Amino acid sequence: MQVMEIKGETMVAEIDGVRREASLMMLNEEVKVGDYVLIHAGFAISRLDEEEALETLDLMRECLALGEERG
Amino acid sequence: MKAGVLDEFRSRELVKGLAAEIARLTADRPVPMTFMEVCGTHTMSIYQYGIRSLLPSRVRLISGPGCPVCVTPVGYVDKAVAYSRLPDVIITTFGDMVRVPGSSSSLVQERARGADVRVVYSPLDALSLAERNPGKRVIFLGVGFETTTPTIAGTILTAADRGIANFFVLANHKTIPIPMQVLSADPELGIDGYICPAHVSAIIGADAYRFLAEDHGVPCVVTGFEPADILHGVSMLVRQIVEGRSAVEIQYSRFVTSEGNRKARGMVERVFTPCDAVWRGVGVIPGSGLEISGEFACFNVEKALPVEVEESREPEGCQCGEVLKGKIAPTECPLFGTACTPEDPVGACMVSSEGSCAAAYKYGQ
Repeated sequence: MQVMEIKGETMVAEIDGVRREASLMMLNEEVKVGDYVLIHAGFAISRLDEEEALETLDLMRECLALGEERG
Repeated sequence: MKAGVLDEFRSRELVKGLAAEIARLTADRPVPMTFMEVCGTHTMSIYQYGIRSLLPSRVRLISGPGCPVCVTPVGYVDKAVAYSRLPDVIITTFGDMVRVPGSSSSLVQERARGADVRVVYSPLDALSLAERNPGKRVIFLGVGFETTTPTIAGTILTAADRGIANFFVLANHKTIPIPMQVLSADPELGIDGYICPAHVSAIIGADAYRFLAEDHGVPCVVTGFEPADILHGVSMLVRQIVEGRSAVEIQYSRFVTSEGNRKARGMVERVFTPCDAVWRGVGVIPGSGLEISGEFACFNVEKALPVEVEESREPEGCQCGEVLKGKIAPTECPLFGTACTPEDPVGACMVSSEGSCAAAYKYGQ
């Protein structure tokens, strides 16, 4: 879910137009509006690492390319 | 981040390409490979996206005890039912628990008889309910794995902070790595690797599986929930086997690190202590549960408000235990789809949306 608003220890996050409040008391990392977070039962538990997301997609594409090369 | 990047984990091109890669990697393997997932969300995803149909017959995916409601023993439901019958009690729970049959009743049946049973989205909602209803005793059904336990710990810490004395937890928390070791040691199951849970691993960190890979030789890959994630995770497991390695790898690195979420674990360590736990179908596994520690005993409903509970018995003919161990597929249970359906479930695996039987019924596999 994407962070829309931060109010102290609470934030409002949105996914597919649905907004939810979530507590920040469990999150290790700092978050800002626009970040993506994992939310479980009303608590943010992890922040999306965007570089890692892009790297994983690259790794997947590499797998594909390898497969094609070897036929 | 550019919008749409996360949608790429559902890209048809990636899914098709990764499936082809798995087929290529396994083409000349003499023996089939069996991988187990132990997370209800993986179970659902694998059925929903028809992942099994994309894999070669040499790669078999089985579901393990990853649905928290499903592994909770009948005795727990009976206890919750007993509490719901006490005066001035409000039972609060995540939705799935309400319809799980106990030995002679369920929470939904008790509600029909007048018990106050409410579904909440977060344990914090249960705490607010307690604050708004000082004359009631609000009991939250604390069922879940490592992702859920810190949310209950956080709620108990908040309750202690605010001095709320009418909020209680009926705790039945479980931890997944030890049962994974128990199951991988079962020769009948022949598990060649684990698709490790995503959200649980965000808390416990991928290092929590190192003993499995390093001491027991079981390849482990922490995997996301999208279809390309699952196929990528499977391809990483296959590659480990082809290369004769067993390591812990993180496919879901956008949310999971080796270390996990220390803050969340710290909250759990403050509020809970390890205990033995009963797993439906598996039995007692030492050290695989968490109970509320002495310091917070006033929130432990079993200590604060003891109740008499009927003798528990498993539903007749129910094979949930075998399904949870991955020994049989849901469709192999004689009750599946006939005596046991989502509308009229016999066992917990047909109730919970994360249950293998409910997923197999819904997606027709």
